[in-house]
Amino acid sequence: MPGFDFSNYNRNAALHAKGVPLPKATSTGTTIVGCIYDKGVVIAADTRATVGPIVADKNCEKLHYIAPKIWCAGAGTAADTEFTTALISSNIELHSLSTGRDPRVITCMTMLKQHLFRYQGHIGAYLVVAGVDPTGVGLYTVHAHGSTDKLPYVTMGSGSLAAMSVFESTWQPDLDREGAISLCAEAIKAGIFNDLGSGSNVDVCVIEKDKPTQLLRNYEKPNPRGEKERNYRFPKGTTAWLNQRVISKEDMKKYVTIETLSGDGNLAVGEQMDVDV
Amino acid sequence: MDHFPGTWGRPRNDVYGAYDHSYLHTTGPKTHTSSPAVTGTSVIGVKFNGGVVLATDNLASYGSLARFTDVKRLRTFGENAVVGFGGDVSDMQYIDRLLESMDIRENYSSHGNMLNAKNLHTYLAKVFYKRRSEFNPLWNHVLVAGFDGEGKPFLSSADLLGTTFSGPHLATGFGAHLAVPILRRLFPEERPIEDISKEEAVSALKDCLKVLFYRDARSIDKYSIAVITKDGIDLKEDEQIENQSWAFAERIKGYGAQTK
Amino acid sequence: MTMLLNHASHGDGIGYSFAQPTAAPVQQHSFYPYTDNGGSTLGITGSDFAILAGDTRSTSGYNINSRMAPKVFKIGGDDETGEGAQIVLSVVGFAADGNALKERLDNIVKMYKYKHGKPMSVSACAQRLSTILYEKRFFPITYTRFWEGKGALYSYDPVGSYEREQCRAAGAASSLITPFLDNQVNFKNQYVPGSGEGHALEPKKAEPLSRSTAEGLVRDAFTSAVERHIEVGDYLQLVTITKDGIEEAFQPLKKD
Repeated sequence: MPGFDFSNYNRNAALHAKGVPLPKATSTGTTIVGCIYDKGVVIAADTRATVGPIVADKNCEKLHYIAPKIWCAGAGTAADTEFTTALISSNIELHSLSTGRDPRVITCMTMLKQHLFRYQGHIGAYLVVAGVDPTGVGLYTVHAHGSTDKLPYVTMGSGSLAAMSVFESTWQPDLDREGAISLCAEAIKAGIFNDLGSGSNVDVCVIEKDKPTQLLRNYEKPNPRGEKERNYRFPKGTTAWLNQRVISKEDMKKYVTIETLSGDGNLAVGEQMDVDV
Repeated sequence: MDHFPGTWGRPRNDVYGAYDHSYLHTTGPKTHTSSPAVTGTSVIGVKFNGGVVLATDNLASYGSLARFTDVKRLRTFGENAVVGFGGDVSDMQYIDRLLESMDIRENYSSHGNMLNAKNLHTYLAKVFYKRRSEFNPLWNHVLVAGFDGEGKPFLSSADLLGTTFSGPHLATGFGAHLAVPILRRLFPEERPIEDISKEEAVSALKDCLKVLFYRDARSIDKYSIAVITKDGIDLKEDEQIENQSWAFAERIKGYGAQTK
Repeated sequence: MTMLLNHASHGDGIGYSFAQPTAAPVQQHSFYPYTDNGGSTLGITGSDFAILAGDTRSTSGYNINSRMAPKVFKIGGDDETGEGAQIVLSVVGFAADGNALKERLDNIVKMYKYKHGKPMSVSACAQRLSTILYEKRFFPITYTRFWEGKGALYSYDPVGSYEREQCRAAGAASSLITPFLDNQVNFKNQYVPGSGEGHALEPKKAEPLSRSTAEGLVRDAFTSAVERHIEVGDYLQLVTITKDGIEEAFQPLKKD
């Protein structure tokens, strides 16, 4: 059975009626923007994810891949933007293989709006869809309830007004690539500094005809982490313990395969976390 | 024949139900303003070298109806203090009368009206705080502009709860979302007020009013602007937002696949 | 005709009618007299000093009202600038209540000096503040606050319950800062390495902090709170009270 599983619906409704609060989902505050220029389109996002007033992730990615030349910026419930864009990306890929043509932005936008409309706003994904296809440049917003809009510059999320104030006061009809990138970055920074739901860094994605798509992760980092004044390394033995058991590498080798990596260099997979040294 | 003249000309009870008399009932708990009725939107203000500029548009809305299109929401007090009102218009007019009587009283006193904008702001904040503590709020958010006791430019805000804060540039209502980011970009904290000219401040406010007109559905393109300097108040109440750009609109066709 | 004569009794329950059913609950718009202006404060005392610090951001919802709205106030000074004060009060939560409270306490401390010809003692002022708060038991002055003077730190709840403490964090990021203080001021969960085996291991004993250590902890507490709480930021106001008087310093924090 495809789709969502509603088997817990009645139980949850009963629990909620008795006063059990609904689980909190990550991220409602965000600033995302998009802007078209003569040959392509730019989208940008901040990198703060929140749970209520607490920052859950200081450097999350809100720019989602749909197709090589179609990308999506997501605001609203983090899980919904993530899964909705992944689902549409998958369907777009299949559609593209079956038709043997490059996917179109409008197809992606239509699939998103029809999917979201079916769920009547319960899927909290607010998206900016942008891309380049054989018909030209496309830039759309898609709201959680399924409405869409097509404009030369768009903003979404809790910082949308701050970002829109930048577009409305400085946008011009004849932007070039660099102009569009810096305008989008300025709009995101307006969100970062004026909207509490947005913060940290600026991510940018530039899509242009006949050029590879550029994802400029952390294009600007206007909020470096504050330096700590004191040292918080604890001397060995600070933590109390009642008993200890030492398992040697030789013992472990009986159960798992062990590969030794050299200690230097950045070997960690994925992104490095900010840690105190 | 209906023998009850009181019901003549009334919709038939059997069709429309009995007349609802509830509004005539004077018993029951006393109620205060619990939501505003006729309202004004944003007030915006900026300090510059030697003074302050304050601006509002001239609209008073009744819900989503643009009800009164020539309402003056900037009120002067004394020689160089101006109050910009957002929120309920009837409460604004009440406060205006309050301020007028205070101005007259001060002027009749032996020392004349010596109250500056800072004193005025303290007074208004206390009026708001007292009324909120009585659960009978004055539904406004105001900006007070002028000079403080030391003769430095003064700009401060007070709202229906009595909350106050000040800054080099402030905005109430929708302006807090749309105008403040513009002003913070134009006049960053590193830039002292002494570096900002009057002309620059005025043109910044005009830019903000334009953006507000583009995006605030409860705004209008007619506005009032007050420039307060040591020489007095230059108040213009019948201005028109100029240099609007709707260039972007030409290329918009529909919300999706439409091409014409 | 009968129907017309019945007119008076026509009240409710007409079968055939366009009237809207009135069973729906009455919609009530009510006025809520509080708001949360965010921010956090932190107080630490040592043997001969007390520090009270707070960020200067004022928020409403997701907006920043002001980046410079200090919430640590001098109480009972000789003039408008607070010169000559020996007591400091800080309030977090609803800023309008905070201001009103500050002004009331300031008046009381000033009147005390005027009437008695000597400054009010810290403990007397602490008790008086508790009374002010309890007066409004049924319309509380919102949120936690604390204040101090000359090496003593008292913290209060909205209705006047108070306690003298060595350190206390209050406001938006208090839940982030408190565990840090427990560990770094009272050395909770820290033991003296090698002092014993198992249960015999000795807990690290808390000692009065030096001023520079305490100020370092305060600054680090705030740079951390700024990273993880959206309502904390802009500037840190650090007020240190010693027997020589009050020193006040501002330093920048992150502004996102």
